[in-house]
Amino acid sequence: MNQRNPAISKGIDWSLIGIYLLLVVIGLTAIFAVTYKEGDPIIQSFFRFKTDYSKQFYFFCLGTLIGFFILLTDSKFFAATANLGYALGIFMLLLVFPFHSPIKGTESIIKLGAFNFQPAELCKIFVALALAKYLSRPETDFTKTRAQLIAAGIALFPAALTLLQSETGLALVYFSFFIVMYREGLPSVILLIGIAVTALVVATIVIEPDTLAIALTVLAALLIYIFRRQIKRRRQILTTIIFLWVLCVGLQRFAVPYAFKNVLQKHQVERIYDLFGKDNPYLDKSAELTTEELKKKKESGTSYNVRQSKIAIGSGRIFGKGILNATQTRYDFVPEQRTDFIFCTVGEGFGFAGSFVLLGLYLILLFRIVTIAERQRSTFSRSYAYGVAAVFFFHIAINIAMTVGLAPVIGIPLPFVSYGGTSLLTFTILLFILIRLDADRQMVLR
Amino acid sequence: MSVFNQSRSRIIRLIFGVTFLVIIGQLFYLQVMSGKFRQLAMDNAVYPKIIYPERGIIYDREGKAILNNTISYDLMVTPAEIKGIDVQEFCRLMNLDTAEFNKRILEAKIKNTSVRPSIFDDQLTPDIQARFEENSWKFPGFTLVERPVRTYPFNAAAHILGYVREADPKDIEKSGNFYRQGDYIGKTGLEAYYEKVLMGQRGVEYWIKDNKNRLVGHYEKGSFDTAAVAGRGLRTYLDADLQQLAEKLMTNKVGGLVAIDPKTGGILAMVSGPNYNPNDLTGPEGSKNFGRLQLDVAGPMLNRAINGLYEPGSTFKPLGALVALDEGLITPAYGYPCGGRYMGCGSGKPACTHSGGGHSANLRNAIAYSCNSYFTHLYRMAADNPQYGGVKKGYMKWREYMNLFGLGVRLGVDLPSENKGNIPDTASYNKQYRGSWNSCTNLTLGIGQDQMQATPLQLANAMCIIANKGYYYTPHFVQKIDDETDDDTVYMNKFRVKHEVLTHIPDTAYRAVIEGMNDVVKFGTARIAQIPGIEVCAKTGTAENYTILDGRRIKLPNNSMFVCFAPKDNPKIAIAVCVQNAGYGATWGGPISRILIEKYLNDTIQKKSEADVDRISKANLIPAHYKRLQYKADSSRAWEWFKMTKDSSYIKKFRRAQADTPKPPAPKPADKQKTITYIWMQEEKKVASALKSRVLS
Repeated sequence: MNQRNPAISKGIDWSLIGIYLLLVVIGLTAIFAVTYKEGDPIIQSFFRFKTDYSKQFYFFCLGTLIGFFILLTDSKFFAATANLGYALGIFMLLLVFPFHSPIKGTESIIKLGAFNFQPAELCKIFVALALAKYLSRPETDFTKTRAQLIAAGIALFPAALTLLQSETGLALVYFSFFIVMYREGLPSVILLIGIAVTALVVATIVIEPDTLAIALTVLAALLIYIFRRQIKRRRQILTTIIFLWVLCVGLQRFAVPYAFKNVLQKHQVERIYDLFGKDNPYLDKSAELTTEELKKKKESGTSYNVRQSKIAIGSGRIFGKGILNATQTRYDFVPEQRTDFIFCTVGEGFGFAGSFVLLGLYLILLFRIVTIAERQRSTFSRSYAYGVAAVFFFHIAINIAMTVGLAPVIGIPLPFVSYGGTSLLTFTILLFILIRLDADRQMVLR
Repeated sequence: MSVFNQSRSRIIRLIFGVTFLVIIGQLFYLQVMSGKFRQLAMDNAVYPKIIYPERGIIYDREGKAILNNTISYDLMVTPAEIKGIDVQEFCRLMNLDTAEFNKRILEAKIKNTSVRPSIFDDQLTPDIQARFEENSWKFPGFTLVERPVRTYPFNAAAHILGYVREADPKDIEKSGNFYRQGDYIGKTGLEAYYEKVLMGQRGVEYWIKDNKNRLVGHYEKGSFDTAAVAGRGLRTYLDADLQQLAEKLMTNKVGGLVAIDPKTGGILAMVSGPNYNPNDLTGPEGSKNFGRLQLDVAGPMLNRAINGLYEPGSTFKPLGALVALDEGLITPAYGYPCGGRYMGCGSGKPACTHSGGGHSANLRNAIAYSCNSYFTHLYRMAADNPQYGGVKKGYMKWREYMNLFGLGVRLGVDLPSENKGNIPDTASYNKQYRGSWNSCTNLTLGIGQDQMQATPLQLANAMCIIANKGYYYTPHFVQKIDDETDDDTVYMNKFRVKHEVLTHIPDTAYRAVIEGMNDVVKFGTARIAQIPGIEVCAKTGTAENYTILDGRRIKLPNNSMFVCFAPKDNPKIAIAVCVQNAGYGATWGGPISRILIEKYLNDTIQKKSEADVDRISKANLIPAHYKRLQYKADSSRAWEWFKMTKDSSYIKKFRRAQADTPKPPAPKPADKQKTITYIWMQEEKKVASALKSRVLS
């Protein structure tokens, strides 16, 4: 087919490219607003690669160039090299351990000359491709638990490596691939269990442990009462309910506290509790802090970020202050302004209207990708498309939710908008491979 | 398989959609529903910088500024910007040692962080300022900042003008948080009374600050800024030259002096002794001088012209005469047989300077020779006036007259904390004498003694009433407020109303008294006040007084009292002088008044008077017992300090100073110390009450 239609424009989904360009422009504007100071020479700094917005602009150019080359590439190439790419990705992730640069707070970056290169970011592409490859293999029977475990392994192995590099946020992203697996037949029950566990963990944080335990017991008793007839017939139901009750209480009383104390790092626990406006009960009791100190800590810690971020967004009101009058974001009140908290700039500068438009764009993007996924003939393309949608969704939802105080602070970028070369390139490549595959949607790739 | 799971794409879309809806809901709450965040962002990023207006200027009657503004310089430091400066050289330049330098830098950092400027040294002396300016390029991080300071070109009128200081928490609370910490507020004098006019209107500049509190630019290009409006000027009746001369004459004297223009009630000069130079309270030494003045037992910061309480003594007699004339008890021709003492109550008191010789044959003579018996008799006649039936009613009527003359009531001068003096009421006498008293009990009221107390201002005002034959204007300083608003006019009208309090007294009565006062100068007790070509009317007074020192009641030298007005037929100036513990009224008050009248009416003074100016200004009449009081006060304070802090340095310093001065006359028994402390506390209370400022409202 490809040979019969040599023009690369044939079959390309221009709406995706349009949204991509819009998002990049919004991102550039936002970064410009944050970094620009009165009197800076704009034109000059664009050419000089000195300011953040000019850097981002060049990365955009580079990304577009790479995207162009991707469009020129044969779609079969991606399916064919998927496993190799996965191996390469894992290799790069492993390379990080001996060669990471001494940047504070993370061990996931390799310095290549002037560039900071983050394999964990790039690896998402390879995982998306490899997972698609595995799911599209004719011999894969995804109804089998074994296949499901392998698929989960493909997705979560890089996550484990990333976690070891103290990049919790990026590691969590890999969980989004469960959406792909769900689409390809992962039992719904797993999804439900995931939701139930999340709900229970949240309840553990919000509700007093004893109260929660009593509530769970009462709930179990109620269930037994309601199903008393069925239980008479089938003892198994009673066993299940009791088993679930033990599991829940165990999770709530022992597993969650254990995880908070020993598995997660202190600041992560802190962030989670901050989100619900609670004080972290797992603080070292020997280092009792006075209320004064706690207050101070609150103001300097992550809750400060979220507070300032909420102030920034909230002060934008309906139509915003205008991008250069955004005092909160322009004068460094929100830390990590250009990268993880870039949404504040949009919220403050363009208000609810602007935020709504941006969110709308993202939602259109996601729905469009799902639509595209569903029109693929090959499982590979579809799975890959869902992978892209899942990764984008996770990034967008978590990033924005954390800036408005709905999710704990996890340092992951907002696709196409946040400042950062690697992340912009990663998302661009992810998207352009999808566009390339979609152009050949009638072809069956394996 | 894929077809089988097709429906799941809808579920995935649903998950996407619901998540986005939740986020949009939160955004809607933050941005649309909740209004608090805009204010929070403003608080974060916008710094309202207060621009202080220049305070208003105060002018004398000829438009000369007697209170003006000048610029002094504060040295500011931004610790983060100090890089590679030669600290040794800097310290040499600024007369500091390195330890002090480090201490101040540390203080600045603690107070204002190291990226914001804070005061390193305030109000530099011109010398250091010049030295710094020459070398400023060597010291990055240090800058000079202008600060407006009050200045007094005539070095005069300290008590009248008052002073400004930083508003204390009490001022701030009283003003309903209008004032803020660091604001200057008029504390005493005209500065306090006309605070609202003088302070002007503060301006605000909105600056954008960043997360480290650095100011980075104007908010919204300054469109919300308001400009500061300078305080308006006050045009006063004061005569700067006269004031200066009066202050010179009152040098090293304790007492008060007031000169009023009877036609307007405008105060031409007002002095309180001991005095101080108002410029001492501004500038680098300001705080030190302020402390020194406050601890001085002579009370240099007390305005005795409106707060000093004195027995008027004989200066009261013209008023007594007018009361008797008005009540129809006597005629100007009335005579009283005085044989040297008043025998009406059998005690032979009070005594009289003269005996016989017709010195009390009629009213004019009685005034001219200041006959005590005559006026004691007049008082008793008034109190026992059968018309009112009973001494208590008669006395209350007499007291009413006194109040009309402005004694025993606040006049309402435009200065804070005026004392109303004292004319006791019957209740107070009833209490003292358990209800049984008569006109003999307090007969010395007739000669301005007993418990009668008046301020120099009240005496001068009483002179105005006589000079004007019955009316007066409330004594005041300010003639006009620059750019007077309607509100101002309403406010100032109380000074522009003619108070016709005693115009019902017949002209003949006034003429008799005025002629009598003229005779005082012509051939009576105040011949010293004669001025060629000017008819002066005057009355001398000499009031006895006592104090308790080291537990003993001792008699102090008499207070020299003097009241006068001139010229007789067209009065232009009325003066009251009190020099504490100085002797006869004529000795000091007389020449002082004469010189001032000459100066004011002729604009020059005679040769003879010039010599007097020299003599009087050099005379030190500070009462001798003040030294003892000061010693007592200082030593007990040093002792208190020692008790509190176990720091004996003050006691030692004090002993060293004491070694130079002669030893105190009597050994001090411990129990008597209390009395002295008590006296000192009284004195201090007086100072405190005088300093209590009243905000014009």
